[in-house]
Amino acid sequence: MDKLIQEEKRVFMTGNEAVAWAAVAAGAEIMNGYPITPQNEIMHYWTRLAPKFNKKFLQTEDELSAGFTTIGSVLGGKKAFSATAGPGTTLFQEPLSMAEMMRIPMVLVVQQRGGPSTATVIYSQQEVNMVTFGGNGEGWRIVYSTSSHQELYDYTIKAFDMAWKYRFPAIILGDGYQAKMRESLLMYNPEERGIELVQPEAFVGKPGLPGRDRPASHLRNAFSVEEELFDAAMSIQREYDQMASEIIEADQQQIEDAQLVIVAHGVVSRAAVAAMNRLRAKGLKVGYFRPITLRPFPEKQLQAVAASCNNFLLVESALGQLARLFKEALFNVPVKTFQTIYKPGVGITAEEIVEYIEALG
Amino acid sequence: MVERLAMPKSWRLESKPHKFCPGCGHGMVLKVLGEVIDELAIQEKLIFGVDIGCSLLAWDFFDVDTVQTHHGRTNPVMVGIKRARPELLCIAYMGDGGAYAIGSQHLVNAAFRNEKIMAIVVNNCNYGMTGGQMSPTTLPGQKTETSPYGRDPKETGSPTQGPEMVAAIASPGAYVARGSVTNLKQLKRFMKKAVENQLAGNGFSFLEVISCCPTNWRTNAKQTWAFMEEEMASYFRVGELLTAEKDEENS
Amino acid sequence: MAKLIKIAIAGEGGQGVQSIGDILAEAGNEEGKEALYIPNFGIEQRGGVSLAFVQISEEQIGSPKFQSADIVIALSERAVARTLQYVTKDTLFVYDSSLIAPPEVVDEVIGLQAYDTVAPEAQAGKIGRKAKSGHGELPENAKRLIGIPATAVAQQELHPRVFNMIILGATVRAAGIVEMKTIEKALESKLGKKFTDNPKLRELNFSALQKGVQLMDAALREEGQA
Repeated sequence: MDKLIQEEKRVFMTGNEAVAWAAVAAGAEIMNGYPITPQNEIMHYWTRLAPKFNKKFLQTEDELSAGFTTIGSVLGGKKAFSATAGPGTTLFQEPLSMAEMMRIPMVLVVQQRGGPSTATVIYSQQEVNMVTFGGNGEGWRIVYSTSSHQELYDYTIKAFDMAWKYRFPAIILGDGYQAKMRESLLMYNPEERGIELVQPEAFVGKPGLPGRDRPASHLRNAFSVEEELFDAAMSIQREYDQMASEIIEADQQQIEDAQLVIVAHGVVSRAAVAAMNRLRAKGLKVGYFRPITLRPFPEKQLQAVAASCNNFLLVESALGQLARLFKEALFNVPVKTFQTIYKPGVGITAEEIVEYIEALG
Repeated sequence: MVERLAMPKSWRLESKPHKFCPGCGHGMVLKVLGEVIDELAIQEKLIFGVDIGCSLLAWDFFDVDTVQTHHGRTNPVMVGIKRARPELLCIAYMGDGGAYAIGSQHLVNAAFRNEKIMAIVVNNCNYGMTGGQMSPTTLPGQKTETSPYGRDPKETGSPTQGPEMVAAIASPGAYVARGSVTNLKQLKRFMKKAVENQLAGNGFSFLEVISCCPTNWRTNAKQTWAFMEEEMASYFRVGELLTAEKDEENS
Repeated sequence: MAKLIKIAIAGEGGQGVQSIGDILAEAGNEEGKEALYIPNFGIEQRGGVSLAFVQISEEQIGSPKFQSADIVIALSERAVARTLQYVTKDTLFVYDSSLIAPPEVVDEVIGLQAYDTVAPEAQAGKIGRKAKSGHGELPENAKRLIGIPATAVAQQELHPRVFNMIILGATVRAAGIVEMKTIEKALESKLGKKFTDNPKLRELNFSALQKGVQLMDAALREEGQA
């Protein structure tokens, strides 16, 4: 298989294009997808790259099919992914649930748009509920919330690796702004950087006669009695928790002497950092905390922050979806003040955050 | 004789000029529909359903109760309304993607159950609103954003023949036809018959319309018309596939 | 140059708004700065005002869109109304002052979706932003207001299609932002193949940029600030 990216290259492109290249760099072989704004261009770039680098593509009849065909690709032993947004993410909950139960490493890029329902094709952070705990299960997914094109690239590669290493579905959570904006990033061949790409393995169709040369693959997601489910669920949860400690990521700055900590994720975290820096320049002691993995959520890290400073301003382009994860992580941990800037479907600028905090006096 | 107005009475003035692209087929289809609504005097009891895609831009197009649904879900929503309120007239309006891809299971089942609604499918061989991806009716060799080297029927099948499929599975009482924006007089005739079929309570009424998308086809006026009249017409045959008379002939 | 420069560009679809935005951002990136460009996009494929946001900075840029602009470029009357909300007392406002119909430019827009749906003036207040009223009237509160007859000049002296390059040249002359030679380099990388096929195109575009500079020089002289 041709390696597309030979040397490190600084490029200036849209987030969707960066994702397509990252998937190639990660060794993905198959994309199944369905049109929905604002992720369409991932398909556009992939279909153009596909024949040159032996990649496959199928545009399915809808997102349910995109999810299930991707599961099929993975069962066949190929690194595969899809991309979606909004109402598409809603449909993806069914195949994601199957992947959770059956430990299938499918990878999904979600470029958040307004919600619920059709809302806008543009931007929001309103799919956090869905990507973390959608589906009829316990949220056995890996979710990376990116804030820049470099991260879209880095974490798409990481998502494939972590999904295949730990056998949980992995989601890269971007948004319409990241998808459509142009900024610079460094593209690289992960193996040149010492990142060992996890090799895929087939779930079905391995060589040999089933029953004689090898055990047959009997894959199921249904159980007969409650106790069976209980055992399976507890066991999977144990493995999920085990993995959590190894993959959790968060970022925090200037917490030590902070009197207020801004909490944000994804693209809004950039505004949070910019606001923090401006306020610090004015002598205000502000810090910031950003979960990078929303699942598993960096609870211990956040609890440590709260031990140092427990006045929080949480900022998100949704009505409390990040806040929900935040509150759960700090259960029983004392929080002195908790304020919010909720802007569902609307971008948040550093100016707004600075204005809000200065008005607090 | 009905006076020929420039703008159908059922059209809503406040939402004009409309938001469709210059040269879009939707404007023509909706003009014909507007005239049919006026001539059959169904404005009051008509419920108009629009899908996701360019059809959604018609959500406030008429002075008619309109529901914008989810992608592919317009048929089942209209079915629900019709079954709750059989005296209303329900028309589902969607594109080729909404009808034959994500909505195909709903279309097929509405046809199986002979639901007494009408579905209009505006077929322009691509997903327009999302930027021109391949759709079930994209022609072999046609370049779209997700078939940049041309659609290969060996890989992705041949263009979906919607009315043929519906006609094959429909029950007696259904009306199935395909018209084109290149022949508005004929289109209006088919549309009227489809509506009358629902008014008579006979069964499922289905009308596909060959339409155009010069924006995503990247064609000028001449090329656009040629694509419909020559290329599309060779795959999608215009005419009535199933009518009450044809039913009688076959039974 | 200030740390962060925010530029809002608006015009009718087909006026090359996205091209200007893209080239400016590309040029900023070329000079080793942080650059971010995002088109405004909605559900319509055509119609409505085309709007682009560009930011060029020394440090990582905080958010893709902004509430107030350092520079506004308005290519049509509707664009003027649409961009009033971004104007403050520190804004440089450059607009096309020709009184003739705008020409059409081939503009490769991302995914074809770079059109505003509802002008948000009516909605701006609801989300805590200040809405400005005024339709077709130039902003009164801008720091500097400069009209460039780009369309007219393009039509008479060059070619209608490069009118947006005239405006770009004029803006770069007025505001600094990046060096003209980086703009030329960015143009080269964007249209390289077309330039190789037709070298006259390169000449045309580069002349348009220079024309813009000249027009801006003239305008500034009139202002008394050469």
